Amino acid sequence: MSTQQYDGQAPVPAQPAAPHPAQQPPAQPAMQQPVGQAPQPGAPLGAGYTSPIPMARSHLGHALLAEWTKIRTVRSTVWTLGVMFVLVVGIGLVTAAGLSGDSFLGMPLLSPGLFGLMLGQLCVITLGVLVISSEYGTGMIRTTLTACPQRGRVLLAKAVVFFLLAFVMTTLACTLTALINDALLSDQTLPSYESRSPLADSFEGGKLVASGGEWLGATVGAGLYVALLGLLSLAVGALLRHSAGAITTMMGLVLLPLVMALFMAGEALQDIREKLIEYSPLNGLASLYRIPMADDPDATGWPLLGGLAVVTLLVLAAAYALLNKRDV
Amino acid sequence: MIELRDLTKRYGPKTAVDGLSFTVRPGTVTGFLGPNGAGKSTTMRMVLGLDAPTRGDVRIEGKHYTELKEPLHSIGALLEAKGVHGGRSAYNHLLCLAQSNGIPERRVGEVLEMVGLEGVARKRPKGFSLGMGQRLGIAGALLGDPRILMFDEPVNGLDPEGIHWIRTLMQRLAREGRTVFVSSHLMSEMAQTAEHLVVIGQGKLLADTSMAQFIAENSRTHVRVRTPEPERMRDVLTAEGLRPATGADGALEVDGAEAPRIGELAAEHRLVLHELSTQRASLEEAFMRLTAQSVEYHGHAPGDGDTPAPGQPPGPAGGPASGTGTGPGEATGPAQGPPGGGQPPPAWGQDWRRRGGGR
Repeated sequence: MSTQQYDGQAPVPAQPAAPHPAQQPPAQPAMQQPVGQAPQPGAPLGAGYTSPIPMARSHLGHALLAEWTKIRTVRSTVWTLGVMFVLVVGIGLVTAAGLSGDSFLGMPLLSPGLFGLMLGQLCVITLGVLVISSEYGTGMIRTTLTACPQRGRVLLAKAVVFFLLAFVMTTLACTLTALINDALLSDQTLPSYESRSPLADSFEGGKLVASGGEWLGATVGAGLYVALLGLLSLAVGALLRHSAGAITTMMGLVLLPLVMALFMAGEALQDIREKLIEYSPLNGLASLYRIPMADDPDATGWPLLGGLAVVTLLVLAAAYALLNKRDV
Repeated sequence: MIELRDLTKRYGPKTAVDGLSFTVRPGTVTGFLGPNGAGKSTTMRMVLGLDAPTRGDVRIEGKHYTELKEPLHSIGALLEAKGVHGGRSAYNHLLCLAQSNGIPERRVGEVLEMVGLEGVARKRPKGFSLGMGQRLGIAGALLGDPRILMFDEPVNGLDPEGIHWIRTLMQRLAREGRTVFVSSHLMSEMAQTAEHLVVIGQGKLLADTSMAQFIAENSRTHVRVRTPEPERMRDVLTAEGLRPATGADGALEVDGAEAPRIGELAAEHRLVLHELSTQRASLEEAFMRLTAQSVEYHGHAPGDGDTPAPGQPPGPAGGPASGTGTGPGEATGPAQGPPGGGQPPPAWGQDWRRRGGGR
């Protein structure tokens, strides 16, 4: 009943027959009636009720704010992103420390960062799914869509908030790992017998360095790639509406092409095998670190990232269409 | 105001809601009554735009739900399923709802206080009792201080104190000029809360009437008389223009007379009375009678082969009657055998149809 306390908003009395005009301070509006009094049929009928609370016209900004509150107030966010951070930076640190020394490793300076991220991306995928499927699992989706019946707006807000959070966190973890690699691994010397190695160009003043493109790929590129995978997971979660199902689907999508390729040993399957490796999501990530799994040594991973973005948008569009069509 | 027009929802071959048309008006509590599976929750989900109707349409203050710009300001709803993420604290749950509608944050504290949850505002609803969960749902419904409130089975799982609290809350909200639409499968609960009544069974509208009228039409009273000389008593009553019927245990049942009058008649004629009591049919029975033919899930007695035939003619006078006080309810099921044995137990609501027909 403290709804009466809104400054400057004179509550409109429920009874239109009330004698005082609107300018007069509201002495005892209908709300203050003692509880337990018998209902008075007839009196307020048709008058309706007007709330003293100021109401803003809701728009996408409100939905974004709400989704930001949602994502930061559940433990799954802290867990998944925390574990991702620990995996990426921790494994990066251990790998870099283990490899450090003068001996030539034969791989690009920043590439050891890939190993932690291969595991870390699974956390982002899990979070992406949970952002939407947990709402279906708990029934929260009904509350959400009751509060915001523009379903497209809800999906868009979720996608934007999650994508930005995942991108920032992953890029941060990858950048930290790249800096660690740069600090611990740049002392390698190129043995003379390796002078024809493709990496020979990367030596400057006797130190292994990474080019600008390599830096971009191992930080922003990797962050974008994993955030996109997460967004795809969100879209799959919206389609399947089931946490375990969507997470399993995404794990399969990420891991299966490579695993299948491993078992395709025959000559006849050579073509399929190569395509599977080339378009495997893991190959995209590895290419960003300049250690592609496919036969193309110059692959940068950006075309695959573009492909992933297109697929993600398509699945998101399908999720949007179904969300509008389905009962919840 | 909520207006339903020919609202229909089919799931495959099954029609959950079948051509519902009624209007829920402001200023009163409107009870929405029906047995389990009658389509109450489906109807409410369609009001909120969560389920799309197969046919027909429902409007809130003249608009479809999806056209509402700040829906929490127009209508607040408590749905049957909790609709809360168990891992997000009560405060944050309400906060994200408030933010999505541009409601000021201080309102969250207010509604938490209103429902008495301020002490557990920072706790996660996972550990809440059923009653606390209901209160949190109601807090969410009140968040936008809406003109319309819709509660789906709000008293489920509440203790008597909680039930009383909800009842007074709903009446207060209605008195403030709001539209209050509340579903229940308990007639007795509605009788104490609602002024208007909408009854559905198997998705169809069975009644749309004021509570007072429903009570007047449906609460039949009769006087039960037991005497060692029933034949003389019957003659005396018939001479007075009354029409006594013989109950199962030989007692007389008299419609349309007051117990004192019958007692006086007995005294005048020096008749010994063993029992003289007024029997009032409960609203629960009236409700069961109304919905008997449309109850989806019957409790069956063993050997009771079929569902009761709809519109069954009044049973024979000597037929099994299971007392006057309580009609056989859904829950009583097999336990309630006929006193005579051998005969099948009365079908659901049959007892009432018989007596209803004997009026």
